[in-house]
Amino acid sequence: MPNMSLKKNEMPVQDPQVRNHNFDEVALGYTEEQALDEAARCLNCKNKPCVGKCPVAIDIPAFIAKIKEKDYEGAYQIISRSSSLPAVCGRVCPQETQCESKCVRGIKGEPVAIGRLERFVADYHNAHCKEKAVAPQPNGHKVAVVGAGPSGLTCAGDLAKMGYQVSVFEALHLAGGVLVYGIPEFRLPKAIVQKEVDTLKELGVEVDTNTVIGRTLTIDELFDDGFEAVFVGSGAGLPRFMNIPGENLKGVYSANEFLTRVNLMKAYRENGDTPVQHGKNVAVVGGGNVAMDAARCAKRLGAENVYIVYRRSEAEMPARLEEVEHAKEEGIIFRVLTNPTEILGDEHKFVNGMKCVEMELGEPDASGRRRPVVKEGSEFLLDVDCVIMSIGTSPNPLIRNTTKGLETNRHGCIVTEEETGLTSREGVYAGGDAVTGAATVILAMGAGKKAAKAIDEYIRSK
Amino acid sequence: MYQIAEKKVLNPTVTLMKVKAPLIAKKAEPGQFIILRVDENGERIPLTIADYDREAGLVTIIFQIVGATTEKLNHLNEGDFIHDFVGPLGVPSHVEGLKKVAVVGGGVGCAIAYPIAKKLHELGAEVHSIVGFRNQDLVILEDEFQAVSDRFVMMTDDGSRGEKGLVTDALKNLIDSGEQYDEVIAIGPLIMMKFVCKLTKEYGIKTVVSMNPIMIDGTGMCGGCRLTVGGETKFACVDGPDFDGHLVDFDEAMERSTMYKPFERHRHEETCNLFQKKVEG
Repeated sequence: MPNMSLKKNEMPVQDPQVRNHNFDEVALGYTEEQALDEAARCLNCKNKPCVGKCPVAIDIPAFIAKIKEKDYEGAYQIISRSSSLPAVCGRVCPQETQCESKCVRGIKGEPVAIGRLERFVADYHNAHCKEKAVAPQPNGHKVAVVGAGPSGLTCAGDLAKMGYQVSVFEALHLAGGVLVYGIPEFRLPKAIVQKEVDTLKELGVEVDTNTVIGRTLTIDELFDDGFEAVFVGSGAGLPRFMNIPGENLKGVYSANEFLTRVNLMKAYRENGDTPVQHGKNVAVVGGGNVAMDAARCAKRLGAENVYIVYRRSEAEMPARLEEVEHAKEEGIIFRVLTNPTEILGDEHKFVNGMKCVEMELGEPDASGRRRPVVKEGSEFLLDVDCVIMSIGTSPNPLIRNTTKGLETNRHGCIVTEEETGLTSREGVYAGGDAVTGAATVILAMGAGKKAAKAIDEYIRSK
Repeated sequence: MYQIAEKKVLNPTVTLMKVKAPLIAKKAEPGQFIILRVDENGERIPLTIADYDREAGLVTIIFQIVGATTEKLNHLNEGDFIHDFVGPLGVPSHVEGLKKVAVVGGGVGCAIAYPIAKKLHELGAEVHSIVGFRNQDLVILEDEFQAVSDRFVMMTDDGSRGEKGLVTDALKNLIDSGEQYDEVIAIGPLIMMKFVCKLTKEYGIKTVVSMNPIMIDGTGMCGGCRLTVGGETKFACVDGPDFDGHLVDFDEAMERSTMYKPFERHRHEETCNLFQKKVEG
């Protein structure tokens, strides 16, 4: 008999007033009892609407059925047929707008907590499975992947499982892309990312860190070296600024810089070699998931007041609801309908305030969201000593500038065929934020997956 | 991991290392830089490529011991490994087509100026090098500069070597004596570059400077290295490190370079104490 409770099992979390002082994971994961109880809410629908909304098309009812049978390893095998990074997706996917948004149980009550179940299964596997992944028989073909982020790792994993010899080239000293430099430890422990990367290595994937494609090697040189196809998953790394006065004062960071210092470079640890400012009053400008991550990191570094400064209202915020709720619980102060106009500094050019104006919502703009307009005479001063700009990123120009014949659009995004990821260059495929601009981990993974299939077809047809 | 093939102490605070990095050596051009991490916990620091040997696969770096990271780096010896070493980053210096150039180097900035002077010399340009140091003990690369320069002027703050005075004095003398340069290339402390640019602006001589701000990734991702150039924000790592010196906001760059001074001082002392203890222990 299915469990007909209208509510999903709550995720156990660290107490907000404790966790906002540490970098340990916030969500603790389901116990076996909770997972079984939650799995019993799945009706195992015949037409599986949830699967259609999963960018990598995981057979969701099938893996949940395995949980019901207490065959957790079996459940993992089903997920890993479609996803190279189950423990990551179970944590950072926006399930509420994807699989869970189509769950039949969501029509009356809450949908099945698919993401939490996925995490349970992946964590169970990581804790219990001692067997190493086995590299398949090599097929003798070489493929290069540029960027060890979600799209690149997915593409590499899928190709390796088909027998390709895959080399992943990563500019930073560590594989993982945004999973290691951007998403904080308390949302996605780095040991989990490392585990997923290690699994790919067991499958035979070679990861070359400290290699900047476009500088150390070019895409043309990769073809000269015998790679038959190249997948570009170089991400959207370039931070945007507002171009307001005072943005180059000391204490103004891009969210990328702030998060990279804290996450990748471990600046939050006592013995870290990399410095980061521990602001007392911090303003994070922006309303996306990255803004929430930056705000919550600043709080954990000891800030007394952390403000989210966002020009639209909370309803328009692009951040996931769960991230907004977690931030609020931790004491982040939301200053919505507020826009900075100038950052002020002291005589040593350190930030000591931010001028803002209040906004109100007018007519809908091109994005369909109501356009914020300045409220006359509403200027006020926010007392801050650190400002983190989290207003988006653009694709890195290195590859488009060094690869002849690679078509990009006016935003600098690589132009590809939707279904295959094929670019304007034969044998060159692309996906993830380098194509779409800043988006989500799972969409990037979906693109990596499609490209892997297309690359396989391309090489086999040659 | 990248092996140190050769280590040479140039003066008490400046060290040269040749590092085995064949892919970087193959591509490196004057003006470009690398980013390194000494060990697994290390910070990422940018260092300009001082020379390269494509055949032997070696990249030369020259660094001044100013903080914890350079202190740790200096404690590595021939045969040891640097944990991470990535490059070549940044846009190479534009040296093609120049006929007569004044290359001005200050302190450890000479390490960056030298490969540019060398390349200009190889391309057949007339090279006048003006190098400045605080005193005779800090002089580096004198023979190297001599070998690639048509004129060579050494300046020290205290007159203990060469002439007493600043590089700007020497440059002014050369210009006033009738030397006409297509371009001045100035590399050294921010304050030196600022005053070289002030001088050459008066004479209307195009001046290129190499900026070395605080940086993390070196590929455009963090924006920490941003500068104001001609009123626009530029990233030194991908737009530079070379910029038109007459357009650079040096005062802002100088302020930004002090962002982590207290932290750096503290970490440097800690690191020195640690090495001290190891020696005593």
